[in-house]
Formats: sequence, C-alpha cells, structure tokens
Amino acid sequence: MTENRQIQKILTGIPGFDHISSGGLPEGRTTLVSGTAGSAKTIFAVQFLAEGIRKYGENCVFVTFEERVEDIRRNMQSFGWDIERWEAEGKWAFVDASPSADESPVIVGPYDLGALMARIEYAIKKTGAKRVSLDSLGAIFNQFSDSSNIRQELFRIASTLKKLKVTAVLTSERTNEYGEIARFGIEEFVADNVIILRNILEEEKRRRTMEILKYRGTFHHKGEYPFIVQTDNGIILLPLSAIELKQKSSNIRITSGSDDLDRMCGGGFFRDSIILVSGATGTGKTLMATEFMAGGAAKKERCLLLAFEESREQLFRNATGWGIDFEKMETDGLLKVICKYPEVAGLEDHLHRIKQEIDAFQPNRVAIDSLSALERVSTFKTFREFIIGLTAYIKQKEIAGLFTATTTSLMGGSSITEGHISTITDSIILLRYVELMGEMRRGLTVLKMRGSMHEKEIREFNIDMEGMHIGRPFRDVSGIISGRAHQLTNGEIDRLGNLFIDNQ
Amino acid sequence: MKQELIHLRLYVTGLTLRSQSAIANLREICSTEFGEEYQLDIIDVLEHPELAEQEKILATPSLIKTLPPPISRLIGDLSDREKVLFSLEIFDKRTNK
Repeated sequence: MTENRQIQKILTGIPGFDHISSGGLPEGRTTLVSGTAGSAKTIFAVQFLAEGIRKYGENCVFVTFEERVEDIRRNMQSFGWDIERWEAEGKWAFVDASPSADESPVIVGPYDLGALMARIEYAIKKTGAKRVSLDSLGAIFNQFSDSSNIRQELFRIASTLKKLKVTAVLTSERTNEYGEIARFGIEEFVADNVIILRNILEEEKRRRTMEILKYRGTFHHKGEYPFIVQTDNGIILLPLSAIELKQKSSNIRITSGSDDLDRMCGGGFFRDSIILVSGATGTGKTLMATEFMAGGAAKKERCLLLAFEESREQLFRNATGWGIDFEKMETDGLLKVICKYPEVAGLEDHLHRIKQEIDAFQPNRVAIDSLSALERVSTFKTFREFIIGLTAYIKQKEIAGLFTATTTSLMGGSSITEGHISTITDSIILLRYVELMGEMRRGLTVLKMRGSMHEKEIREFNIDMEGMHIGRPFRDVSGIISGRAHQLTNGEIDRLGNLFIDNQ
Repeated sequence: MKQELIHLRLYVTGLTLRSQSAIANLREICSTEFGEEYQLDIIDVLEHPELAEQEKILATPSLIKTLPPPISRLIGDLSDREKVLFSLEIFDKRTNK
C-alpha cells in the first residue's frame, strides 16, 4: 500500500495536545490511547468528541464497552459536556456495548461481531459523525473468552472505521506504567498511532503525563508531557519542554518599588524580566514583593500578587506596617492578591490557575511569594517544569515577574529553589543576615542583572514603618554571602591595601 | 400437556454462510422439539441496525428467547444442538417425565 498524499491531521481541541502532536490526530485514522486504570483514558476519548462538537461542529459516536451510558452522561457533566443535549440535537450517538446486568450469553458455535459493526456504522451514518471513540477495548475481551477471535473482529472494525473515513480513538488498558503497550496485544492491529497516558506515583505525589509513542509518517513532539484533569475543562496539557525561546526582550526599565534598589540595578528591573529574591526567613523577601507591587501601582501598573505562605489578612497588615495601602490599590483596580495554600493542588494545577489568573487580570507585573512553599509540594522534576512553564508564560506576556525563595540556613547558604532556577532568572537579589559586633544586620546585593550594569557591593538595609531603606555598603567586612562575616581589623586592611600597591 | 408459547428472536448479519447455518440449525431444532408452539423472528442487523441497538446485540448470530421466562441469550451458529436446548431451558420441561 503506497500513500503519497501527506497525512492530514484534525485538531482535537484538547488544550496543549494539538501542540505536542503538531496539529492533532491523523485524519481518517485510528489512534490507540493506552493507559493504566485511572489514567484519564475515558476523559480523553470523550473530550476528543466533545471538543469536536463544541469547537469544530463535527458530530460523533461514542462506543462504550465498559461504563454504562447513563454513568458516562452523568460523569462527563462535571466537565461541562452536556452529552444528553447533544444526543437530542443529533450530534452525539452512543453505541452501548457495555456488559449487561443479565447473565452473560452462552456460546454455541462460531460467531462474529457483525452486529456491533452494523450498529457502529448505523450510528455513524445517522449522525454523520467525523469522530468516533471506542472505550475501552479491554472490556470486550472480558465479555468474550475467545481472545484471538475478538482480536480479529476488532481488526475488522478498525479497518471498517478507516473505510468510513472517520477519525477514531480507541482506548485500552495497560497493567504497568512502563511495560507492554496494551493488554491483549491490541496495539498490533491499530499500531499506526499510539498515545500513552500515565498516572505515576512519584514521591507520594501523582503526576499525569501523556506521551505520543508512535505517529506513523507524521511529526510529533517526543517525550512525556504533564497534564492535569480539571473540572469544567477536562484534560489540559502543559507542553513545557516544547516552549520555544523566542520571547522578545525590551530595554524598558520599571521600578522595583525602591529608588535605592533601582539605582543598584542600574535604573530598575527590565520590563519583561524574571527577578529572584533569595534570603533566609525574615530577611525581607515579602517586603520586597510588597514594594514591588506598590511601586507598580504608583505608576498605574496592574499588579498581581500570588501568596503561598501568608494569608490575605497577614499580607495586608504587613503592607500597612510598611506604609503601603494594599486596600486602596485594590479598590483602584491596580492590585489583585490571591492567597492559596500550596497543598491544595498539584503544581500542574497551580501553574494552570496562575496562567488563568494572569489571563484574567492582565497584570503588568506579577509577584510570587514564595516559590519555596510551592517546591514543598512537588518533586524536583515537576518543580523545574513548573518554573520553566511559568517563566516562559510571563515572558511571553512581556511582563515582569518577581519570585521569592527561602534559604534554608539563616546565615549565607543558598536555597534549593535558587539552585533549580537561577539560570532561568534574569536577575538575582540576595538578602542576607550579617552578624556584626554581636548584632544582626541585614545585607542586600544584586548578584546578577542580565543585560545591565549593576552594583557589586553588599549594602546594609533597614526595615521600618516606611518600608525598606538601603544604606551604605558594608566596608571592611568579608564573608557575608558565605555566611561567615567577619570584620577586618585596621591592620588587615592596611596589609590588604598594600598588597596591590605598585612598588615600581 | 399445556405449554406456553415459545418466542425466539435470531439476529444475523446478512446472508453469510454462518447466518444461513444458524437459521437452518434453529429451524431444525424448533420443528423437531417445539412442534407448532413457537414463534421465530429472524432479524438481519444490516437491514435493521436499530433493532440490534435496542437489544444491545454485539455478536452475530445471536439468539434471544423472550418467552417463556427467564430470558436467555445464546451466541454462535447454534451447531451444538444439546447445548442450545439446555441453554434455552426449555429442554428440561419438555422431557420432564
């Protein structure tokens, strides 16, 4: 069989999937979607059809081998898919091949699945369906004991579907996340395209991923892509690694909210940059985020603050304590504060919600306090993907993002968060405790400022009723960043000074 | 002996060899075992897929006995005569001595 014509694809409408599959499912072909129990196979199968009706006006047929029709109607309602209405409108037809409650039929001699095929064909013709889902094939092997016969019959169904020029999704079970593609050797007869859904338990956290294993004769992105299943929306893929680095970068500076800090940064942050503020607890990270918000609001910019450590009340009280009126900013419509416990959702869900909030509020600047709180609820891999996805999104929107990260040790040290994301950020500001003469003081330095000159000194700063005040650089002190600050004596200073005197 | 009417529905796919042998096998069983006291409907699912849908038929040939109760369902070309009779649960009553 030769086919010179290029394989066309149809958009599924499943968010993110059309991106990783470079345009959707191969048109007029059958794609196997395989996954373990609870890997969202049925949702994929239903969503493919539902989006077809909603977004592309394509009618569809759903063949169920496992769940009862009433259950599917009811379960899918929560995703906002009104199957019953579509059925009434003639856009959706069920073919109910689920096992009946009655006794299973007695086998008396050879048989085929001709009736099932006739019913599917009838439903396709009746609705004029372009999309068909069969869910899930494994169940039919449980209804009929003769596996090799059933396999052959399913092969016939698959080839009839091809003849009818419908694009089909077949789901099937697998027993292991990393093992054979599907039970009963189903992949052998629909091996053109295979998608694997995974629901992996990793460090006590569930992580859903989707992988296009095989897409015969057509391009697709490789590897596993995390996805979430969300009420109202269904499956949403987060194609992080497929993000392209093509963000524009501007030279426009924006204020950090502190004139002193702006000066240290060579005139402020860049408008579309990511700034990481790292420091131990109590060094003033939340203050910096607060001032970052206030500085924006003063310039009539819209500011979004996502807090994962403190409650709304605490944040507002803090701000008042530093002379910043969050409430007024909010009434002016310039500020939106969202507080959430990191534990309420997986990181993929958080990322999706943050994107939704950014889309809804259209801020000019975003602050997240703190990333470390989010890191607590995720694995290393998920966290890294989260950061990449988030920074890419913020950059794409050409807005500024300020993230805080907490260092584990009080003096010096670096945070785990910092290590993960320092290369992704454009600027890094370190806040440190400095112990001097039996006194705890605070130091601040701009460690990195991509694309700009910046001060290299470590300056002392104070916090009072009016917020942050950056003072003079620490002179004659070394070892602040490493957490072993010590004051140099006069003798030492002279000696060091003399080291570099030109003797000739 | 007073007998209830036996009601049978056979679903087949077109006029394939398998369909024909199922029809022949069933007719033979009916005429030798049930005499005149049966009604047999033969439904071609290719012509009437909606009837197959109604009854949720997957496999063909499929035989459904609706009367006398209980309902029984058989799949295959009905070549195993003893098994057919046994599964229809009519055989026992007939030969009751």
